[in-house]
Amino acid sequence: MTILAAEGGIDTRVQLVAIVVTILLFGLVIELVRRRRLVERYALLWMSAALALFILAIWRDLLEIGSDFLGIAVPANALFLVAFAVIFVLLLHFSVATSRLGDETKILAQEVARLDEQQRRLRANLNGDGAGPAQPEREEPAPSSARTSDQ
Amino acid sequence: MGRKSLPATHLGATLRAMAAEQSDQLRKLAIVPAYNEEGMVAKVVRDILSADPTFDVVVVDDGSTDRTIAEAQATDATVIRLPFNVGIGGAMQTGFKFALNNDYDVAVQVDGDGQHKTEYLPELLAALNTEGQADMVCGSRFLEDPGYKVPIGRRIGNLIFSVVLTLIVRQRITDPTSGFRMTNRRGIELFARDYPHDYPEVEAILMLNAHRLRIHEVPVRMNARGFGRSSIDYPRSAYYMAKVLLAIFVGLTRRRPVPVDDPPDTPGGESVAPGAVAGASADPAAQGGGS
Repeated sequence: MTILAAEGGIDTRVQLVAIVVTILLFGLVIELVRRRRLVERYALLWMSAALALFILAIWRDLLEIGSDFLGIAVPANALFLVAFAVIFVLLLHFSVATSRLGDETKILAQEVARLDEQQRRLRANLNGDGAGPAQPEREEPAPSSARTSDQ
Repeated sequence: MGRKSLPATHLGATLRAMAAEQSDQLRKLAIVPAYNEEGMVAKVVRDILSADPTFDVVVVDDGSTDRTIAEAQATDATVIRLPFNVGIGGAMQTGFKFALNNDYDVAVQVDGDGQHKTEYLPELLAALNTEGQADMVCGSRFLEDPGYKVPIGRRIGNLIFSVVLTLIVRQRITDPTSGFRMTNRRGIELFARDYPHDYPEVEAILMLNAHRLRIHEVPVRMNARGFGRSSIDYPRSAYYMAKVLLAIFVGLTRRRPVPVDDPPDTPGGESVAPGAVAGASADPAAQGGGS
């Protein structure tokens, strides 16, 4: 375990580990899609992330080229910076997606409540008393369908 | 569920005569997915009914923000209103579920933008019946002259999918992205249970293939998409290609593309009359295994 011996050895070993890990990541994503736990849209996202890591693992100079380009002295810092930026954008995206889901859930709940009320009223009318000819069914206006188009 | 097997008198008839006779009794549904199509949707419904008045029409409004619903309700169509936009795949599946729940034997997709020419409905129907071998009939633009100028990007994308699908399905598929399709009861059952989320056409063909349902293409012409937004522009087409190709190749590694297996003896569309009774009794079990 002299430093000299480690010099070349650890570098390739780290590289090897990185390659294996990214390949595993890739496989995991595909397996998740196969089991229908992940839709293709997000799979593509993670697969491109895994691909980027894979390229960095194979082509070691790329990181240095990149850091030079960004004007960052230590290549590792460039990696952290980029990774941080990517994760930031991802999280933001997920926040947007979650907000949309919340919105859609709210609309669904309102629709269910409306249908439930309507159903009760109709049933009450049906079960005799016909007394209160509750206002005739009128078409409900479309729920202000929040602009939740996917993508 | 309450589908009765055909009267025994039909058994002696030739296939063709049987098919012709059947088509009068079949319950047929046209599914019109519409997203902000206030200008076209009513015309599409009228065209369907004038092309073949024996069709029932259901308009699936995919969370439109314009007057699509009002326009559709002014016609003879049933209108299903989705509370928000779920995409074409979800909208079509809504239609298939409606078809399943209301015991339709035939369902055809006719897009609400007027791209699909309803005058071909009888031809699709005839192919579905007389081919006898087809569970889904697709209107293909590329078997003959498409009738309009298909943008070059679409042509290339279509060609790639066409080659890949033809190899997998072992049958020539010329227009895998065509949405102008008619399917029988077996297809309805399959799609009601599972239908791809976005850009569903290509994957739907693979699903049919995996379930041993047969596909037949019929040449049709289509109208060029009206002015305005085409649903697939350039930034999206890359995603389209990647998504569908990923789905195709992942789909190949799945044993079954649908989580739930077929019930052992589904009443197989129109053809399997004797099995229908047994199939009906097996149904509750099949429903229970749904989750």
